[in-house]
Amino acid sequence: MEQSTSGTVATPASRPDYDMDIVKKFFTATVVWGIVGMLVGVVIALQLAWRPANLGLPWTTFGRLRPLHTNAVVFAFGGNVVFTGIYHSMQRLLKTRMWNDTLSRIHFWGWQLIIVAAAVTLPLGLTQSKEYAELIWPIDVAITLVWVVFAVNFFATVAIRKVEHMYVAIWFYMSFVITIAVLHIVNSLVIPATLFRSYPIYAGLTDALVQWWYGHNAVGFFLTTPFLGLMYYYLPRAADRPVYSYRLSIIHFWALVFLYIWAGPHHLLYSALPDWAQTLGMVFSIMLIAPSWGGMLNGLLTLKGAWDRVRTDPILKFMVVAVSFYGMSTFEGPMMSIRAVNGLAHYTNWVIGHVHSGALGWVGMISFGMLYWMVQNIWNRPLAYPSWASHHFWLATIGIVIYTVAMWAAGLMEGLQWRALDDAGRLANPIFLDITHRLNPFLWLRVVGGSMYLVGAVMMGINFWKTIRGPSAPAGARVEGV
Amino acid sequence: MSDHNHHDSETGYGRFHRRVFERKAGVFAVATTVAISVGALVELIPMFTASSSASWERVDWVTPYTPLEVAGRDIYVREGCYLCHSQMIRPMRAEILRYGPWTRAGEYQYDRPFLLGSRRLGPDLQRVGGKYPDAWHYEHMRDPRSTSPGSVMPVYPWLIDSKIDPADIAASVRALARVGTPYESTDEAWVAGRLQSQGATIVQNLASAGITAEWDDEIVALTAYLQRLGVEGRAHLANQGGDS
Repeated sequence: MEQSTSGTVATPASRPDYDMDIVKKFFTATVVWGIVGMLVGVVIALQLAWRPANLGLPWTTFGRLRPLHTNAVVFAFGGNVVFTGIYHSMQRLLKTRMWNDTLSRIHFWGWQLIIVAAAVTLPLGLTQSKEYAELIWPIDVAITLVWVVFAVNFFATVAIRKVEHMYVAIWFYMSFVITIAVLHIVNSLVIPATLFRSYPIYAGLTDALVQWWYGHNAVGFFLTTPFLGLMYYYLPRAADRPVYSYRLSIIHFWALVFLYIWAGPHHLLYSALPDWAQTLGMVFSIMLIAPSWGGMLNGLLTLKGAWDRVRTDPILKFMVVAVSFYGMSTFEGPMMSIRAVNGLAHYTNWVIGHVHSGALGWVGMISFGMLYWMVQNIWNRPLAYPSWASHHFWLATIGIVIYTVAMWAAGLMEGLQWRALDDAGRLANPIFLDITHRLNPFLWLRVVGGSMYLVGAVMMGINFWKTIRGPSAPAGARVEGV
Repeated sequence: MSDHNHHDSETGYGRFHRRVFERKAGVFAVATTVAISVGALVELIPMFTASSSASWERVDWVTPYTPLEVAGRDIYVREGCYLCHSQMIRPMRAEILRYGPWTRAGEYQYDRPFLLGSRRLGPDLQRVGGKYPDAWHYEHMRDPRSTSPGSVMPVYPWLIDSKIDPADIAASVRALARVGTPYESTDEAWVAGRLQSQGATIVQNLASAGITAEWDDEIVALTAYLQRLGVEGRAHLANQGGDS
C-alpha cells in the first residue's frame, strides 16, 4: 500500500489532472437508473401477487415489463455503477487522466441513449426474447459501437499509465471489457427481417446453449468480475487496510476467468442438450466455488484490524454484507447446478431468490458502499444525513432476507408439489393453478422485501442530492467514515 | 495501491506474475482472452459442427413453422409468454404425467429463437397443441379466468382487435429461409395464400363455437402456433411405442 492511497484526499498539487466530470456523470446516472430499475422490479413483483397491477394494457403486462426490469438493473444500474467505479479508480490506479475525454463522453451519452432506447422498445414488445439480450438488433449494433469506444479508451489509458504494474482491480476490469465484447457479439448474430425483428443464425438447443453461455457469463463478467475489481479498490480504501493476500488474488483471478465460461449449460440441465455438455456445465459450476470464495476471503480478511470500524461505519457495513452475500450466492449457485438439486429448483422461485441474493446482496450492497464513499470524496463534503446511511443499510439487509427467504419457501413448495405423486403413482396436484395459489402469501412477502430495498435506495438518492447541493468540507477535513 | 508491497509478492509465481503479466498489458489481455476462450470453444464448436450436419438436432418428423405459425410465434415473443411458460418437458415421471413425452432435441430444430423458458409461473406449453379446442384459446386470451378460474395470467384482449400484416410476415419468412429453414417459396403472394388458408380453418372452428373472427386477427395466428406445439413429436413418439 502506498502512502498516497491510505490517506483520504491527496493534496491538490500531487494529484494529476483526473477527469472527475465523467465520474460524476456516471454516478448520477447510476442513482437515477438504479431507482427506476428497482421500482419496475417492485411493480412486476406486485403483478405476480395481484393480477390487476397488469393494468390490462399491452405495454404494462408482466411479459413486457420483466425484461425492462432486468435490463434496467443489470445494464442501466449495474453498467453505470461499474463505469463510475472504473473511471474513478483506474485514473488513480494508473496515475493518469483518461486517454481521451471525448471518447469518455461518447461512451457516457451512448450508453444512456441505449438505456432510453431499451426503455421505449421493451414495453412496445420489441424484443429478441433472449434473457438479458432482449434488445433488438439496431440497439445491439449501437451497444457494440459504444463498447468499442469504451474499450479503445480503456486500453489506451492502460497503455499511457504512469505506474509500472497493473493493480488487481485493473485485471478484473480488463476481463470485463474483453469478455463482454466476445459474449455480446457471438450471442447477437442474427439475420434481420425488418428494422425491429430478426432471427438468430443458431437454432433450437444450439441457440439455447449460445444464449446460456452468454447469460451465465453476463452474470460472471458483468455482475461479478467488474464488481470484484471495485471491491479490490474501494474496500481497502474504505477500510484503510491493504489487500489481505496478493497471491490469492492472482490464483482466484485466473481460476475465475478460466472456469466461469464453462458453466453456462447448468441452465439447460435435463434438457435434450447432449449429456457431456450438461455434465461439463455442472462440474465447472461446482469448481467455481473455489475462486469465488477466494475472492470473498480476500475481501473479508482485508478487514483484519478494521473490524471495530465495521460496527460504526455504514460504508464498511454495506461492503461486509455484500462480500458475505457474494460468498453465500456463489455457494448456492454451484449447489443448484448439481443435476438432482437442479431437478427440484429449476423453473421455480428458488432461482429468482438465488439471483436476487446475488443481485441485491452482492451487486447492490457493494455498489451502495462504494457510492457512499465516493459521494463524499469526489464532491469533497460530508453526507447530508449520516444516519440515513445506516437506516438504508438495515432496510436493504432486512429487505433482502425477507425476499430470499420468501423465494426459497415458495420455490421449494412449488418444486415439491409439481412432482408429488400419490400412492397410486398419479400426480398429487394435477391442477397446476392449485399450486400457484398456495404461493401467493410468499409473493406478497417478496413485494414487502423488495419495497424495503427500494425505499432504502430512494433514501440514498435524497441523501446524495442534499449532500451534493450542500456546503463542501473545510480544506483538509476528513470526510469519509460517516 | 498500484503497487503491492506484500510479503508474498516477491516470491514464486507472484514474482513471475508481477514481472510478466502486470507490466505488459498486451500480454495480460491476450492471456485473459485465451483463458475465456478455452471453455467457450470446447462447448460451442461441437454444437455448431453437429447441428450443421444431419445429426442429433435434425429429425424428419418435424416440419417448419407455417407462415401463420411464424406470425403467432412472433406474437408469443412480443408478449413475453416465454417468461412464464416453459417449452421443455424434462425426462421425469411427474413431468411426463403432467405434460406428455419429454422433449426431444429435434423438436426444436426450427426454433429461432429457442423458447425453452427459465421459469414456470404457468404450465409448460411444449405439447399444448391439440390439448384444447381453438375456441378455448380465444376465450383464454380474452380473459384467462373465463377458462381457468383463478388464473394469474393477464388479459390479452388486444390480440382479438389487432391484425397481422402479410408483408411483414413475408419478411420474416424470407429471413428464416435465409438462415436455412426450408420453405417452398418466400413470395409474398405464397405467404399471403398460406396465411389465408390456414387462418380460414381456425376461423371456421371458432365459428362453430359461435365466435366471429377473421383470418388476419392476431388471436388466430397465436392459436395456430399454440395448436401445433409438440403435436408432430407426440404423434411420432406414439408410433414408435415404448416409453414416453
